[in-house]
Amino acid sequence: MRDAIARAGLEDIHRKVLEGVRLDGDDAMRLYDAGDLNAVGHLANLVRERRNGNACYFVRNQHINYTNVCNKDCKFCAFYVRVNDPAGYTLSPEDVRRRALEQLSEPIREIHMVAGINPRLPYGYYLDIIRAVKSVRPEVMVKAYTMIEIAEIVRVAKKPLEEVWADLKEAGLDSLPGGGAEVLSERVHAEIFDKKQTPTEWLAMARSAHRAGLRSNATMLYGHIETHQERVTHLLKLRELQDETGGFLTFIPLAFHPENTEMSQLPHTTGMDDLKQLAIARLMLDNFDHIKSFWIMVSPAISQVSLWYGADDIDGTIIREEITHAAGARTPQGLTRDELIGLIRETGREPVERDALYRPVAQEAAA
Amino acid sequence: MNAGRMTAAGGVRDASAAGAIEDIRGKVAAGRRIDRDEAMRLLHHPDLPALGAMADAVRLRHWPDPVVTYVIGRNLNYTNVCWVKCKFCAFYRPPGSDEGYTLTRDEIAAKIQELVDLGGREVLFQGGLNPALKLDYYLETFRWIKETWDVHIHGLSPTEIIYIAHISSLPLDRCLGMLRDAGLDTVPGAGGEILVDRVRRILAPGKDMADEWIGFMRTAHQIGIRTSSTMMYGSVETLEERVEHLDRLRSLQDETGGFNSFIPWSFQPELTEMKEIRKASAFDYLRTLAVARIYLDNIRSFQASWVTQGPKIAQVSLRFGVNDFGSTVIEENVVSAAGTTFSMDIAGMERLIRDAGFEPILRDTNYRILGPYRLPRRIHATEGAAMVSGSAAIAAAAAAHPAHPATPVN
Repeated sequence: MRDAIARAGLEDIHRKVLEGVRLDGDDAMRLYDAGDLNAVGHLANLVRERRNGNACYFVRNQHINYTNVCNKDCKFCAFYVRVNDPAGYTLSPEDVRRRALEQLSEPIREIHMVAGINPRLPYGYYLDIIRAVKSVRPEVMVKAYTMIEIAEIVRVAKKPLEEVWADLKEAGLDSLPGGGAEVLSERVHAEIFDKKQTPTEWLAMARSAHRAGLRSNATMLYGHIETHQERVTHLLKLRELQDETGGFLTFIPLAFHPENTEMSQLPHTTGMDDLKQLAIARLMLDNFDHIKSFWIMVSPAISQVSLWYGADDIDGTIIREEITHAAGARTPQGLTRDELIGLIRETGREPVERDALYRPVAQEAAA
Repeated sequence: MNAGRMTAAGGVRDASAAGAIEDIRGKVAAGRRIDRDEAMRLLHHPDLPALGAMADAVRLRHWPDPVVTYVIGRNLNYTNVCWVKCKFCAFYRPPGSDEGYTLTRDEIAAKIQELVDLGGREVLFQGGLNPALKLDYYLETFRWIKETWDVHIHGLSPTEIIYIAHISSLPLDRCLGMLRDAGLDTVPGAGGEILVDRVRRILAPGKDMADEWIGFMRTAHQIGIRTSSTMMYGSVETLEERVEHLDRLRSLQDETGGFNSFIPWSFQPELTEMKEIRKASAFDYLRTLAVARIYLDNIRSFQASWVTQGPKIAQVSLRFGVNDFGSTVIEENVVSAAGTTFSMDIAGMERLIRDAGFEPILRDTNYRILGPYRLPRRIHATEGAAMVSGSAAIAAAAAAHPAHPATPVN
């Protein structure tokens, strides 16, 4: 491996990794520029095994996208429709309850709820749909609302953010997903998602959530107009906040899907980029416990391979994903637990079924 | 969650916990051959970056320049009539079926002309074992094609040619010589499957057994017809049988040097009679590919399998020993009949190559470098894994083609 690392010109970074020295932004840029996927992968795997051993986490989960109505007009999104569009839908709390009931026979551990910003929804709605899920499945953890949705909830609540956190927790919110950060860059924000929170606002909201005792994830939507330097800045900002709060659980790079968006002329991300992005995230985010390879976005094939390129989590069974599929994702909308375990075992990793907070779930007979 | 905790005990360890392969690494780094036992150890080893780096080192010895080659070609599936009934094949129709076809000369002409208009020269002429087509059909068709167009016929397969020789009551070398003289330039390594009779009896009891396939290749190489080699893994074979397959290819290559390339691809169970088999994974592909690249140190070119792996893993394969993206096949009926439908155009292919850190460059069927590709229009192409292969040498023809001066890279 040393030969490959030397050929790639990464010997000093290799030394830093071995010594546990934090990498800087210049190191990250060199990792993006390095052609040798395996040299970068080897470095990431050192960190991955040091932190997570041979474990690969997965969860049995369900996605509920409660509305596709949205007033943010993000150029990368194929899921939303505008307010008043007849193609719009919004699930009532009763609909949400029914969705949860549909999967009652599945031993799901996490329900992931994110959606568009429908300005007509009242504050109580956001509490009610959490309660609806909890009324059916009190044992299931609810991971809901990106920071973008939280900003909307605060707007309609007409209450201070701290009180909103308390209400959401009381309704049953267990943790927060990582969406909405997109790329933490003023330029990219202005170009493609200018109606959402600014990067500074997103980070402030995440800080507030962590201080309120809620754990969250962090994502990065890559593969559109952002530069490598902007990706690096994004990672450094997350790392800085994590040093301060320790509240992030997982980092999840999200591969941009162009179909049906306003940027449909752009190509899909490549396999090399997907793997390197995971590896570089693992190397740079030395204070994040987990790096997730979200198979819905990058394909089950890349997720499986990525378990040797920095990732230690492949998300889960995901019953009924709709957002990425609106943008042309050709991946399945769900995988069975056995399929997931099979993919993981084949790579020599040990599948660990987890809940939303990465606590191992007691196993029934292993598949 | 503190930043400094990476200096944990054991922080100096510089390898995965996956078990030692240092001895094999040393051998590969020194340019030495690995044996069967070592291949088996690698096939059980999970550290993909380590395997990929070893395969990449072997690739570098064969292709020191940072290029990835491809060829512009088209499939010409001249007939789908076949009596062999391979269980893994979704393309064939038995003789007498209403859905059977044999292309007419007009149909063949239109397809070849379209290829030539797009700047391509490789005609992948393959079909089935159609009892209605005798040797004369092939001789006349090849002569006519070569008289009409300046193209390279990468054609038939061992199974087809063995059959043609058989129904023409000719010895194989004589039959091959006649086909060569009529215009057959190179032969794809199709039908290699797994070169172990136990496996071949299950998959395709009607086809040639391992010795016969190897014997065919030896004869072809001896009379100057270069071929590619293949492996279809992920059906009913064991890992030991994969290694046996690789060993048979390596031994013959030591003897003849007639293989231009090696192309592994995974069995595609959908739509075949063996749907219950779980499709081999991307992990399996990359590991098998890397081990093959390390083991087959005497075959120069390794080709990606677009059709079976898709663009993401095909691109990643460039760091697992692959130096060639095969043919931008305008038409590919056999693998797509089994349900896999990845497609790629030239612009998309070149982007993937550049994104992986290589320069895309056009080659001829004999792996001579022609130069960068320039064409006014995009070609919609479906990359045929199995069927597309690196093939045989016509340096002379390449050199005679003024638009594409042949400049072999090494």
